[in-house]
Amino acid sequence: MQITKTLDGSTLTMRLSGQLNTTTADKLSDEIASSCDGVTDIVLDLEDLTYISSAGLRVILTAQKALRGKGSLVIRNASPEIYAVFDMTGFIDFLTIEQ
Amino acid sequence: MDLCVEAIIANVDMVTDFVNEQVKRMGGSRRAIAQIDVALDEIFSNICNYAYGNDVGDVTVRVCDVADQNSICITLEDKGIPFDPLSREDPDTSLGLHERGIGGLGIYMAKQIMDDVRYEHRDGFNMLTVVKSL
Repeated sequence: MQITKTLDGSTLTMRLSGQLNTTTADKLSDEIASSCDGVTDIVLDLEDLTYISSAGLRVILTAQKALRGKGSLVIRNASPEIYAVFDMTGFIDFLTIEQ
Repeated sequence: MDLCVEAIIANVDMVTDFVNEQVKRMGGSRRAIAQIDVALDEIFSNICNYAYGNDVGDVTVRVCDVADQNSICITLEDKGIPFDPLSREDPDTSLGLHERGIGGLGIYMAKQIMDDVRYEHRDGFNMLTVVKSL
């Protein structure tokens, strides 16, 4: 999985490509943790992500909990397959998902 | 067709690549491939994390024939501790952000995405089989 980061003020956009799975989830977790200085809002752009597994959901859940009350986490450009994963797991109830 | 790999997380891409090749050969859609990859990731990582305790063992991935030509059947076999992952209660997906844990979500997702998921313990092997229409 490749992560391309763009910082705009206090908003960090992370564009993910490839697979957010059991082998790559730690990479995203580390990138988020190391990018927190001065960042209040994180946008995850999933346009080039082919699939997400529960290991990826765990990282998103952790980030969402950490940012709650301090900033925001926005999911952008999720494919129908990835949106379906958010839907079936109930994650759509607490994630901010923009198409 | 079979693939035998060590049950370590780093091998998950070998498993998905092996199965994806068969799915593509059978004319499977991009959507079907994405869904099969999620299920394989969940099942394989479950085996890596739990089947052999602190030891390392093997996993055999078998793509089997099914009567329905438009479906694929994949079995993952390990010789680890007997365990039926389908026996676990489904997680409550209606819980809010703060009550939410992640346990059990992987197998739940596989059950949702696949047309059929079944487990049996035979001849000392855990055998988890998934069927998906392409």
